[in-house]
Formats: sequence, structure tokens, C-alpha cells
Amino acid sequence: MEAYLWIIPLAPLIAFLVNFLLGRRMTDAATGLFATGSVAVSLLLSVLVFVQLDPEHVLNIELYSWIPSGAFQVGVGAYVDQLTSLMLLVVTSVSLLVHVYSIGYMRGDSGYYRFFSYLPLFTFSMLMLVLSNNFLQLYVFWEAVGVCSYLLIGFWYTRASASNAAMKAFIVNRVGDFGFGLGVVLIFVTFGTLAYADVFARAEDVAAGTLTVITLLLFMGSMGKSAQWPLHTWLPDAMEGPTPVSALIHAATMVTAGVYLVARANPLFEAAAGTLTVVAVVGLVTALLGATIGLVQNDIKRVMAYSTISQLGYMFFALGMGAYVSAIFHLFTHAFFKALLFLGAGSVMHGLNGETDMRRMGGLRRYMPQTFATLLIGSLALAGVPPLAGFWSKDEILGLAFIEHQYWIYGLGTLASFFTAFYITRLMALTFLGSPRFDTETIHPHESPRSMTVSLWTLAGLSVVAGFVGAPPEAGFIHRFLAPVFEHGPEATAEHAGGFTTEVLLLMLTATTVSVLGIVLGLAVYAWRTPALDPAVWGRRLRPVYNMLVHKYYYDELYDSLFVRTSRALGGGLWRFDARVVDGAVNGMARSVSDTGGTMRRLQTGLVGNYALAISLGLVALVAYLFFQV
Amino acid sequence: MSPPLEWYLLFSAALFSIGLVGVLVRRHVLIIFMSVELMLNACNVALVAFGRHLNTLTGQNFVVFVVTVAAAEAAVGLGLILALSRHKDTVDVGEMDILKH
Amino acid sequence: MTALSVLFVLFAAMGLFGAVMVLVARNPVHSVLFMLSAFVSVAGMFVLMQAEFVAVLQVLVYSGAILVLFLFVIMLLARSERPIPALSQPLQAPVAITVGLMLAVEIGLVVLTGAVDRGVSGPDTPQAIAAVGGNVEALGRQLYTTWLLPFEVASVLLLVAAIGAIYLAKEEL
Repeated sequence: MEAYLWIIPLAPLIAFLVNFLLGRRMTDAATGLFATGSVAVSLLLSVLVFVQLDPEHVLNIELYSWIPSGAFQVGVGAYVDQLTSLMLLVVTSVSLLVHVYSIGYMRGDSGYYRFFSYLPLFTFSMLMLVLSNNFLQLYVFWEAVGVCSYLLIGFWYTRASASNAAMKAFIVNRVGDFGFGLGVVLIFVTFGTLAYADVFARAEDVAAGTLTVITLLLFMGSMGKSAQWPLHTWLPDAMEGPTPVSALIHAATMVTAGVYLVARANPLFEAAAGTLTVVAVVGLVTALLGATIGLVQNDIKRVMAYSTISQLGYMFFALGMGAYVSAIFHLFTHAFFKALLFLGAGSVMHGLNGETDMRRMGGLRRYMPQTFATLLIGSLALAGVPPLAGFWSKDEILGLAFIEHQYWIYGLGTLASFFTAFYITRLMALTFLGSPRFDTETIHPHESPRSMTVSLWTLAGLSVVAGFVGAPPEAGFIHRFLAPVFEHGPEATAEHAGGFTTEVLLLMLTATTVSVLGIVLGLAVYAWRTPALDPAVWGRRLRPVYNMLVHKYYYDELYDSLFVRTSRALGGGLWRFDARVVDGAVNGMARSVSDTGGTMRRLQTGLVGNYALAISLGLVALVAYLFFQV
Repeated sequence: MSPPLEWYLLFSAALFSIGLVGVLVRRHVLIIFMSVELMLNACNVALVAFGRHLNTLTGQNFVVFVVTVAAAEAAVGLGLILALSRHKDTVDVGEMDILKH
Repeated sequence: MTALSVLFVLFAAMGLFGAVMVLVARNPVHSVLFMLSAFVSVAGMFVLMQAEFVAVLQVLVYSGAILVLFLFVIMLLARSERPIPALSQPLQAPVAITVGLMLAVEIGLVVLTGAVDRGVSGPDTPQAIAAVGGNVEALGRQLYTTWLLPFEVASVLLLVAAIGAIYLAKEEL
């Protein structure tokens, strides 16, 4: 495996270099094909890795020694176990489908070659992040994906809103990365090494308190990268970027890096005291936060963004419960159906010349049947309707919560599930059902070209079948596959054997009922237009709640006054200090020197008599000193 | 009994001081110059007195040279004064302040 | 009070009086004449100290040559004479007199507290001088043997001074 392992990240890197340096002289088709081809190569090799994986033995190879500095030894290497292999498959497959989709979506854009250099660059960074065998390499590529995210969000940089959104994403991420960096430093201070193998082996020998601090700091990084509360504010604004970017980075891969981090470092999190509780609480809060805000958003991509935040929350509270496999399983299925939903939204926008406001859509079912069909599958998967993928993964998490007696998590998670079903139904109804709310004379929606629909159908297929790797609950293929990675987790030591027990079947039924209820309510309000459930009326009755949700719980305003204004005030204050005090001191010194000079020069009277007097005075003083020691 | 050393030295001191005051107080350039000569004379007296007290002729030898130098200096200095007063048309030192700031 | 002491007091008084009058006299010619009296009394004092050669030198060179030179210059400068204030600017006079007094007092103190009595006694006692043949002989011997080089240099100096004085005083350069 070592022979071809490094080609997996290198292929997209080469695509980046070629497209970036020579892209201007290549045709659009050539750049698109080259990038897509490189990712295809990576996908094939990832499949090979999966097939050739040795379940007994983790492959830990070092490519070269990067920093050999006395006690601080860091190399560049790869740590390939089942988790890595799964992530490789997810990243390369979704990346490939997004590349194919983008060939059609970005056609005609003046920055075409730039797009197809940043996209493989991102793929390279994400692959290296997932392959890392030490925390410093992880951190470097963590930052690298952040940079790619910045470049891609601000792809249309001439738009102020886009470049602002890119900066916001990067800065909020930076807050989390600050904690992450400190965590890495603390790991080195505690363990004397940054390599996974050594750190994980010795995790249980270290005081739990220290590990709590370390893991909390690492989790800060996860919060930033995966848009968890309270660092969630950047993700909705990141929708300024092209839709394929949202699909790849902000749904399937980069935002899942936070989940990957906690899963990878599970020995540390397990041995620490209390961190997992924090993770669970944050995840739960985020899940509800995202779901409730998504209920009232009118921009199709924003609804998806809040949905992503919410689903990531699910993954985190699964991790917090120690259900690592379930969390990764949900990551796996979510990557496919969320990417599908985003690409579908992109298809809708493509057909309507960039319109994103759902209030100006409607009745598109007739114009874009393929998009409608695939999006329908995606939304059913998200809502958790069996036997689609989302049902198996999301409801396994909730079921596990119930079985483990975490009734608060179960209750709130199910509530969020209800909201999820509702808002996605609302989205589908507003977009595709009913009659068009746009001017049909001037706007002619059309179905998307085959390069786009091919990705849509592939992802739809995956959304259908991907769930079966986790069936039956707790006893599916994926559970057996990932078990060796999470030897410490409670899942491994769980008393229940999984499978279709009565309890499990009852839970599945309950979950399905909740989802169906949500869908029905959504249809009732937005499709059948039941008079008693008129959304405008309810909006007025619950105005305070509505306002709170529309303004996203006022987090942007809060952060603006807390951080942005204070930073600016501080900057202004420091600037004034520099101009007045520092410059004043320097100028003042110069002026005092010149003033002294001006005074001193009056000694030069030009009269010899004065000079002679001065000499005599000196003589008298000298004699006094020498002879009388005055 | 010849007068003791101290008397000569006190006389020399007095003469020197008078010469110093003259240099600082008067404004006529020639009077200033004469005061300088007074100071030199005071030094001569002191030299000879010391020489006699210490039984050495070096004092008197020194005086010979002092007188020589005083003569040379007087010649050159007076030449300068002539040139200067011709230029500025005054002998008042208070009016020669070209080096004023 | 020996005769020598009396003579000393006489010469000292004359010398100091002359010096003070040099400062105080209004007419520069008067100043020159008072200066003459001061020089002559100093010459007398030299004789008291048995430095005959120096005394003669004083009269010949100082009174005879230098003072005459002064008189000549006064004469040459007569046409540019304008009435000038005798004293300098306001503050200068009191300060100068104070400084002078301080200096005198200082030196007096030094002398009187016996700080001056150090020094190695040399070989030229009056008896030794008399044995050689008198002050002039003894001085001459020393001047032409031990102090020959300064002697020669002094003569060059005089030559240079003479040339310089002529050059500086010329009307058209």
C-alpha cells in the first residue's frame, strides 16, 4: 500500500499546480478535465486502500523527517486505519461528483481555471488532513483547508459581500484554531511528542485534568471548523461562494473535519474528565439552534446551511455520548444527501439565473423534473424516512440516546428531528410545488445539463443505499468495520448486542412517526394551504419568536458589538496613542534639543571680554579645586 | 636679611590680579594689551623668586625666554591691532563682535 | 627692618600703584607712562633678588622696546580715536573685580598656608654663582650649554615675529 498511498493526495496537488500556473493558457475544458481526472485517480486508489486494508494492523508510515530539532521531532507521515480509509472514500467520492457538476455549473465564468485549481487544492489539503499521523501535520492542513475555504468563498471577490463572508469565515475559524493550537502545544508539553501512535498509547497515563484541558482546547478547533455554537456564525454567510463549493466544503468535507478530530483523538477524549459532556451539550444546543433558525429562512442555500449546522450538532452529541461509530456513520450518510441537496439547490439557481429567494420560486416541478426527483430523495433522506440513508444514521443516534437513558438528549434530538422534517418539506413545497411566484413571461426555468444531473442522480442513489452499511442498528457492516478504531468507547463495551430488538423496533417506529408528522405539517402549511395554518397569521401571532429566529438569535449583532466594535475602538485608541504620545515624545525631544541649542547659542556674544571672563572664572575654580579640594 | 619668599609671591599675585582685572574691565584694545604685559611681569617675578629660593638659575633662564616671547608677541599683536583698527575704524573691543550668534 | 625690606616695600608700592593707574588712566599715553613706572620697579625688585641680568633685560626690552612700540602704535591709531567709555558692559566690571579679588585671595592663601615650600634645592647657591664669576657669567654658561636649543629657537621666533609684524601692519597687502 505504501507504494501508491501518496498518489492519493498528490494527484489533486498536481492538478492544482498545473491549472493554477498554466490555466490561463489552457482551455476551460482542459482544466476541468484535468482536475476531475486527478480526483478520479484518487478515488480509485482510495477504493484500493479500502480493499487492501489490514484490520489487525494500523499502517503508520513516515514520509520524511520535517522538524528534527532536539526534543521536538515532527515528521510528515500517514496513519491509515479504518477511519482514515472511510474518510478517504467520502472525500474523494464527493469531490469527484462536485468536480463533474462544476464543469457544467461554472461554464462561462471568467475564473474557470482558478476554480479548478482551488478545488483540487482543497481536495489535496483535506486528504492530507485525514491522512496525517501527527498533530502538527493535522494542524497545518487544518489551516490549509481553511485557506482554501477562504479562497473559494470569496471566489467572486469583486462582490463585497463575498469577500466579507470569506474574511468572516476565516476569522471565526481562527478563534477556534487559536484554541486548537494551544491544545497542540499542550499535547507536546504533556507527552513530549506529537505523533498519534505515541500520544494515544500513553493517554491513560496522564492526569485526567490535563487531558480535559487538552481536549477542550482541541474541541475549540472543532467548534470553529464545524460551525458549532457559539462559532457557528460563519457558515450561513459562506453561502456567498459558488454552490459546488458549499456542497463540497460546507456540507461534506471541511466542516466534518471537526467531527473527524474528535473521533481520531478518542483515546484522549475518553480519558479526559468531562469534555465529552461539554461536546454533547454543545452538539445538542447547535442541533436545536440550526433547526429552529432554518424554519424561517427564505434563502434556499441558507436553509441548507442551517441544516448542516444542525446535523453536525447531531454528530457531536453522538460523539459526546461515546457513540463514535454512529457519529461517523452519520457523517458518511450526511455527506451524500447534504451534497445532493446543495447541488440540487445549485441546479435550481442555475435554472433561474441565480435566484435564491424561495418566495420567488414555486411550481418548478414541471420545469425541472430531474432536479425535483433527486431533491425529493435527498430531502426524504434528511428527514429520516426509512429506508433512505438518513433514517439509519440519524435515528440510530437518537435510539442510542434513549437506550443509554439520556432522555434529555433523546427528547431534544427528536424535537430537532421534527423541525428538520418540517423545514425541508417547507423548502420543497415553496420551491417545487404550487404555482410559480415568478414572472413566467420573462423567466424561463430549464433543466440543468447532463454534467450536472449526472452528479445529482449518483448522489441520489448513494442517499438511498448508503444507509444499509449501518443496518441492522449497532450490528451493521460499518460497526464491525470501525470497531477497532474505537476500542475505548462505550459502544464497544455496550451490553446490548444491537440488531432488531423489540426496543429498537419501537424506537425506529417512533422516529419514523415524528418525521412523517413533520412532513405532513409542512405540506399542510405550505402545499395544501390549510387556512387554519396560514404561516403569515402564525408569524404575526408569534412575532417575538419569529423575529428572534429570523435574526438568527441576534448572534451576529452580539458579536459585532462585543468584538468588532471593541477591536475597532482599541485600534483607534492605539492609533491615537501612537500619533500623540509616541510621535509627540519624539517630536518633543527634537524640539527640546533645538530649544536648548537656541538658548545656548546666546553665550556666543562675539565679545572677547566675555570669553576672557569665562576663562578667568574657570581658572579661579580650577585653582580652588586643586589646592583646596573644594 | 632679604625679604622672605612669601612677600615676593604675594606681590606677584597682586600684580597678576590687577592685570587680570584690567584685561576684563577696559575696552581700549591697547590698555588690554598692556594689562597682559603686566600679568607676564608678575609671572617673571614669581619665577625669579622661586629660582632664588631653590638655589637654581633655571628661574632666570626661563625669564629670559619669557621676555623674548613677550617681545615677539607684542610686535605681532600690535601689528594685528593696527590691521584690525584700520578695518573697523575703532579701538573699542566692545564693537568687535563679528562672531556674535 | 633691614634695608632690603624697606627697599622691597618701596618697590612693591611703586609697582602696584603704577599697575592700578594703568587701568584707571583715561588717556592711553598716561597708561603707558604708568606702566613704565611699574616695569622699573619690577626691575628694581629683580636687583634685590640678585638677578642683575634679568633686571637689565627688563629695562632694556620691556621699558625700552615694548613700551616704545606701544607709544608708536598709540600715535598711529590717534586718528581713529573716538571718545570711548572706559569700562565695558554693565555687569562685566563688578564680576571682573570680584574674580580678580578671588584669584588674589586664593593665591595668597596658597602661599601663606605653606603649600609652597616644596621643591628640590638646586646647586646654584649665591656662593657658587660668585665662584663662577657673577650672575651674568653663570647665567650665560647655562644658557649656552643646557638651554642652547631653546635659545636658538627663540631667535628664530623673533625673526618670524618681526616679519609677521611688518606684514600684518602694512597698509596695502
